[in-house]
Amino acid sequence: MLAFGPGLAAWGLVTGVAMTQSGLGVGLSILMSLTVYAGSAQLASLPLLASGAPMWVIWASAFCVNLRFVIFSSQWRVHLGHLPRRRRLALGYLLADLNLVVFQKAWPDRAVHRTGQARYAAGGAAAVWSVWQVSSLAGILLSSFVPLSWGLGFAGTLSMLGIAYSLLNDRTAWVAAVVSAAAAVAAFALPLKLNILVAIAAAVAASLVMAKAGPAAERGA
Amino acid sequence: MSAWSTLPGWTHGAITILGLAAVTALSRGFFLWSKRDLRLPDALQRALQVAPLAAIVAVTAPEIFLTHGELIGSWRDARLPAALAATAFYAWRPGVLGPLLAGLAVYMPLHIGLGW
Repeated sequence: MLAFGPGLAAWGLVTGVAMTQSGLGVGLSILMSLTVYAGSAQLASLPLLASGAPMWVIWASAFCVNLRFVIFSSQWRVHLGHLPRRRRLALGYLLADLNLVVFQKAWPDRAVHRTGQARYAAGGAAAVWSVWQVSSLAGILLSSFVPLSWGLGFAGTLSMLGIAYSLLNDRTAWVAAVVSAAAAVAAFALPLKLNILVAIAAAVAASLVMAKAGPAAERGA
Repeated sequence: MSAWSTLPGWTHGAITILGLAAVTALSRGFFLWSKRDLRLPDALQRALQVAPLAAIVAVTAPEIFLTHGELIGSWRDARLPAALAATAFYAWRPGVLGPLLAGLAVYMPLHIGLGW
């Protein structure tokens, strides 16, 4: 867990900087850091917030960014399913990407529940939460002295670029990314920032088509 | 990322943010609600896997390529060289922070120094 500290802190710092520098004030940035607690979704929401997109579009986009957590939650269920519902939901809310990575290193068997796992997960959640919040709040406060005209808000966009590259694992992902980028730019004139949702739908549709065509295409190759 | 002018106010921002917090809770707790074993169909699972990438790209691409809804018309825009620098760095050493710093190292001088 300790090995991830510096990377996590740097990432929190950048997110803090990006929030204030997107024009969100210090107060709202702190509120976002403390309650939303999901770096990628926070970054993705910033341009939408700044351009005055409707709430439901911002929420829907963030949910799409967070869909990986939906998949993760089915894995957490194996280990936390015995807890009372309120406690497993409260703990689940605090479990970020890094928590699952560390947890699965410590408990490699994904199909089995063992005693002590819930406590281990809670400890990990507390550690990641603390490091993240301290570094994010530092980023918010430090960058509030930097004038917006410096354009440091572009740090958020550059971070998302890196995240996007790291998700390009296979051909389907590449196609989805290209389709999404093209659709988001081409449909930019749509009202209410609907270009974002159109782009996501187009990319998901493209990946489903590829999944259907995939086995046949591989046989032919 | 433009100015904050279009926002109808602090309350609106706070409600949006608390909604985003609910989105976090909903997504992280999705399969923790029910005690029963719910399985996703394969096709749906595959769709869920590309959706986060698609959402991040959909937000990022216009931030890099568009100015006021139009494709960038001038090469005097710090964003393209910065994105290229970040991309080149990623190709050399994958990660998030390295490409970010490389991109900012190109972006800040061009933007602040030359006004691009």
